[in-house]
Amino acid sequence: MSGAGTEGERAARVEAKYEKLKKEAAAGGYFLNPDEPFAKDLAESLLVNEERYGYAACPCRLSGGKRELDLDIICPCDYRDADVEEHGACYCALYVSGEVARSEREVEPVPERRPDALIEAAAKGELPVAESQPIERAPSQRAAFGGSSAIPVWRCKVCGYLCARDNPPGVCPICKVTKDRFERF
Amino acid sequence: MGATKVDGNDKGKVRIFTLSTCIWCKKTKEFLAQNNVAYEYIDMDMLDADEKDAALVELKKWNEKCSMPTVVVNDSVCIVGFKEQEIREALSL
Ligand code: SF4
Repeated sequence: MSGAGTEGERAARVEAKYEKLKKEAAAGGYFLNPDEPFAKDLAESLLVNEERYGYAACPCRLSGGKRELDLDIICPCDYRDADVEEHGACYCALYVSGEVARSEREVEPVPERRPDALIEAAAKGELPVAESQPIERAPSQRAAFGGSSAIPVWRCKVCGYLCARDNPPGVCPICKVTKDRFERF
Repeated sequence: MGATKVDGNDKGKVRIFTLSTCIWCKKTKEFLAQNNVAYEYIDMDMLDADEKDAALVELKKWNEKCSMPTVVVNDSVCIVGFKEQEIREALSL
């Protein structure tokens, strides 16, 4: 796809990218899709987008071509955790839930969670004009503290890790216990 | 406009909106090829600005979210995402 280097060099870069993604996923309590050729295909697409745009735009979404238009869809995107939680996989299905990783659940098409205003802006290739309505960001992008739309803070009862998000993570990124060990803080 | 034709049996007009990097788009293309269906695809990320604008206007009529893959059969049926069963039904496979 991108012409850089020989086939062999390219395959080695894809392999390295895949290993890095896998290692980082494991370190943070995430899981890559257990279908290895599938996950490697996405690793290659992320490399293509890094070369093309200068950042790893989500392979399965239309990039706006500019970082400021794509901030929410740079992999891992703002929607990953909510989609893994609800659908068992992120939009591309590169990241999956523990159930899917253990082949206890099948991956099904994940509906697009990205807000329409951001899709629209990326399609147009320009940020919305200042006087227009502010973009309704996903809950995870809202201010964590104060205000009526404040999002909950969760505490890992084992290690004390705190995070502000709609739901606790599937696995504590610090001590790796499961989400049922979290309490509302 | 930058549509690429793929030969196969005529199952009606099959036009799919895709991204070259998207794995579900790739699966959709592979599925059509395996079933020997003639189709045309438009890789939205490979178009120049004017082509992309025109393709987006067309895509938006079918799929407000402009997500890929979007499969349009005979200018009448639209399937968003790689939904094998729905594609089979639309193409009587
Ligand atoms: S949907 Fe998955 S692969 Fe795509 S950007 Fe989000 S986390 Fe990455």
